[in-house]
Amino acid sequence: MAVADGWHPGLRESYLYDRNVIAEIQRAAREGIYDIRGFGAKRRVPHFDDLLLLGASISRYPLEGYRERCATDVVLGTRFAKKPLELKIPVTIAGMSFGALSAPAKEALGRGASEVGTSTTTGDGGMTEEERQSSKTLVYQLLPSRYGMNPDDLRRADAIEVVVGQGAKPGGGGMLLGHKISDRVAAMRDLPKGIDQRSASRHPDWTGPDDLEIKIHELREITDWEKPVFVKVGATRTYYDVQLAVKAGADVIVVDGMQGGTAATQDVFIEHAGIPTLAATRLAVDALQELGLHRQVQLIVSGGIRTGADVAKALALGADAVSIGTAALIAMGDNSPEHDEEYRAIGSAAGYYDDWQAGRDPAGISTQDDELAARFDPEVGGRRIANYLRVLTLETQTLARACGKSHVHNLEPEDLVALTVEAAAMARVPLAGTSWIPGA
Amino acid sequence: MGAGAVGRVRVGEGSGRLSVETEVELETVDLAATPLRELNQRLHDAESGRFRIVNPNGAHAVACGLRAPLDVEILGHVGYYCAGMNQHAHVRVRGNAGTGLAENLMSGSVVVEGNASQSAGATGRGGLLVIHGNAAARCGISMKGIDIVVRGSIGHMSAFMAQRGCLVVCGDTGDALGDSLYEAHLYVRGAVAGLGADCVEKPMRDHHAAELQSLLARAGFDDLDPSDFRRYGSARRLYNFAVDNAGSY
Repeated sequence: MAVADGWHPGLRESYLYDRNVIAEIQRAAREGIYDIRGFGAKRRVPHFDDLLLLGASISRYPLEGYRERCATDVVLGTRFAKKPLELKIPVTIAGMSFGALSAPAKEALGRGASEVGTSTTTGDGGMTEEERQSSKTLVYQLLPSRYGMNPDDLRRADAIEVVVGQGAKPGGGGMLLGHKISDRVAAMRDLPKGIDQRSASRHPDWTGPDDLEIKIHELREITDWEKPVFVKVGATRTYYDVQLAVKAGADVIVVDGMQGGTAATQDVFIEHAGIPTLAATRLAVDALQELGLHRQVQLIVSGGIRTGADVAKALALGADAVSIGTAALIAMGDNSPEHDEEYRAIGSAAGYYDDWQAGRDPAGISTQDDELAARFDPEVGGRRIANYLRVLTLETQTLARACGKSHVHNLEPEDLVALTVEAAAMARVPLAGTSWIPGA
Repeated sequence: MGAGAVGRVRVGEGSGRLSVETEVELETVDLAATPLRELNQRLHDAESGRFRIVNPNGAHAVACGLRAPLDVEILGHVGYYCAGMNQHAHVRVRGNAGTGLAENLMSGSVVVEGNASQSAGATGRGGLLVIHGNAAARCGISMKGIDIVVRGSIGHMSAFMAQRGCLVVCGDTGDALGDSLYEAHLYVRGAVAGLGADCVEKPMRDHHAAELQSLLARAGFDDLDPSDFRRYGSARRLYNFAVDNAGSY
């Protein structure tokens, strides 16, 4: 940066009006429209980084890191469904639409997830053939827009996810700008090509928890009670939302924290609505425990899961599994330095690229441009996803064994301490070196 | 089915539509004696046939997820999501229907002889929905190819974000008709309380009149004159965001 390079004493940047704020005010005044972008929240919020695991020593003994088994399997949907999902690892791929992502990118997610025995998820735009064929276990989302909703796809899905909201924009609907509405996307969504598609934020045929219960009942009837029914909420009033979703009959609850990614949303929404994944995880577990249904109704948390440490800490707080979205795109090649020159040509740079809404992704992932999409090899992308999921799993096992656990689900809040007062209060674990849990 | 509480009968020259094919076996299911799950499983397993459902008593999800060319007649009122996501079957409700009637209808037909509650035909992608009485709010919300014909009037926010298909209203409409409409065709015979954002009256051209006449005929309302209707559609001003339209939202 020119200013940074030429800095001298007396050149003082405002904390309140820093360069990003100034640039955004100027952009808004120039363009007259809010900033729409992809990715998730970029501000710092309390997260799993603010927790630490207490490895075993004298009072606990660890498992041998390379010799003793630490299981990772998870079963989702044991409450009512005839055919629960049996996954080999507790890390799943979150819902991302064909439309937001290219068809080869969706295929790669399926390939990678299937290779390591986990599930992937459709998105706002229906199920593609590539996705179904490449995904051994596929969760089919029922969203407010109902784009492409088809009972045949419901029946050939392995689970159904009723999407109430997502962490990047709780209370908001999907968005796909006109330059990503290709012929195929338009046909799947029954929309004219090239329009700015702004999905509804409420479901068209139910409102509130009592209706949701009847809706879930209908979905079960249509699919002969075979499929687990997930309910996904953006993290806000998580304690109440989880209890209401359970009351409505969900088999699995998905809670997406405010750091969760999006393909296209207003920046102000991404940064200023919802609560952190850390806080939401604790609230969701509280809600399930109070109902006596913790572990019977499974909990998946998402929003900012990047490493096995994040996975281990989420599981220790009581989640049954986690989901990844942004990290999966990065694993496939999003923001890769190899595209830096092209990112710079479109006003960004590797490591900063968040214009997933624009459809000009040089990595061929968040695009509907045939030429760009053709750059992305779904086999290579699938291998990267599988590698990344394996690393997350190995890291999770490493930490779990160090805590003396023969299954990653045996991690527990007692294995955690917090680095900050905020994280201690949110996760309700003691501040490191103390027995103090703020608010407890 | 139903623990012997109901039997199979052959109908002769009886009443209405089911009497036409006298050799087709009619299976009667009494929902007072048969669990809903058992009924729906039976209907899902059938590849063809005629079914009469008695004592629905407002049950939800009656005859949802059908996927074969069945004829299903329901004697009485049904709750939410009757005939939801129907494919190929023809379902007739001789009563009123609750919320989400024929939601996401794919093909076939659903006829309700009474009134329908809100969100009738929501997100439907094909097939025909006919309501002899009135329909409440959000009729045809997010419709994606379904054709809906309502003999009476409909409530507010109907055809909200309607994408494809036709909504024919022989009576009046509530406020905010066709708000944020895409390419669905709306035909109204009575008064429109108010149009939603980007919904405008459009000229009734010959091919629209022919489309309307055909829909009225398919619904069995051919006593009505298409020239008494007005046509509404999207002004397409909101298809791509422009700051000058911000006041429309």
